[in-house]
Amino acid sequence: MIYFLCLVFFCVGLYGILVKRNLIKIIIGMSILDYSVNLFLVLTGYRMGGRAPIYDKTQEVKNMVDPIPQALVLTAIVIGLAVLALMIAIAVRLYEKYGTYDITEIRKLRG
Amino acid sequence: MEYITLTEADQLIPLMVFMIIGSIVALEIKDMLSSVIAIGAVGVGVTISFLILKAPDLAITQLVVEILCLILLVRATIKREMYFPRKHVDYLRIISALVLIFVFLVFSYAALRGLPQFGMPIMKVASEYISRGIRETGATNMVASIILDYRGYDTLIEASILFTAVLGVSVVLRAVGRIRNEKS
Amino acid sequence: MTLIVKEVTRLTVGLIFLFGIYIMLHGHLTPGGGFAGGVIIALSFIHMVLAYGGDFASRKMNRQAATFMESLGGLMFLLLALLGLIITGVFFLNFLPHGTPFELKSAGIIPLCNIAICIKVGAGLYLVFILLTTFRPGGDE
Repeated sequence: MIYFLCLVFFCVGLYGILVKRNLIKIIIGMSILDYSVNLFLVLTGYRMGGRAPIYDKTQEVKNMVDPIPQALVLTAIVIGLAVLALMIAIAVRLYEKYGTYDITEIRKLRG
Repeated sequence: MEYITLTEADQLIPLMVFMIIGSIVALEIKDMLSSVIAIGAVGVGVTISFLILKAPDLAITQLVVEILCLILLVRATIKREMYFPRKHVDYLRIISALVLIFVFLVFSYAALRGLPQFGMPIMKVASEYISRGIRETGATNMVASIILDYRGYDTLIEASILFTAVLGVSVVLRAVGRIRNEKS
Repeated sequence: MTLIVKEVTRLTVGLIFLFGIYIMLHGHLTPGGGFAGGVIIALSFIHMVLAYGGDFASRKMNRQAATFMESLGGLMFLLLALLGLIITGVFFLNFLPHGTPFELKSAGIIPLCNIAICIKVGAGLYLVFILLTTFRPGGDE
């Protein structure tokens, strides 16, 4: 059930990329896609009654949650930020050249 | 008064509904600053979800990355003209996107049966890493020992991805003086 | 920016920088690590730029210094990986002694890798912010 809600979250981002005309809304949609995929990966690694994967000095930690999806998602978050920075740089450049963020206008004014 | 204990699934479902509503608001609202603030709220919701799912490393990283993402988005949308006149609404695009999303959801609901149940993962490789981790690496943070010792290649390539992204930004945002000199 | 913002920034920027270094150095003991510490350090510099303006920031850390630090961080990480190859014959091996757990000086090359990644990520993200905000193609803002 939670997985399905996570995929609905994914579909909201997908809708934002496919339908919206404003370039900033498309970038926001891609960011939503990024959040949903990271959340889905961490959801697959959760164990009922588990603890965070860090050893403690005073007590014995027996059942940890799965640390591998967390390790993958840690780099994925920073990569998502880098891709967002590149997209915003391109969007700022497009605004300087065409004067608008509307993608239908940008397609018409070629050059 | 007796305390009501909620399982993690009960804690996560309202949070996910909040995130879905927040993202729909972020996409549909006309004012740019409000939609940027809404995406900020969605990011903080993801941080709280990471805390509920017992991943403190990710929660710290997601929070500070969300702050930086907000700063960059505000930079892109401030002082830019955002008024779009209401032209013809493209029905074909909306209908085809909704059909695609509906088909995707139907097939994914059938495909999600194959995943193990939420809360009982198959931890074959992870149990090896956990049982031998503190003896072979000496680090008590399991996630740090995985990303820097067991799977160090991923971190190396990720550092090069970040370098490439910064390089791409500095190339795209170059000054345009040279192009104007070439044209004249 | 107003006077209140400038005074509060002057008091808190050093603390944010110190917090980022703390999160990075204890990356192998507590949650955090190189990525989170690097982003926090970048945020402390960005905080200074937002309060005082771009000209002040170009005196403290301008574009050349930021690119130099980023390249330094990347090269340090690669050098640590190559040292494993030179000393023991296996690429990216954890060749320093492991030490006792729960100490600051333990876990081989993991703290050094955290320092390299922190410098790289912090300088890279600060450079991206500087490039985006001082972009003047002649007639902007």
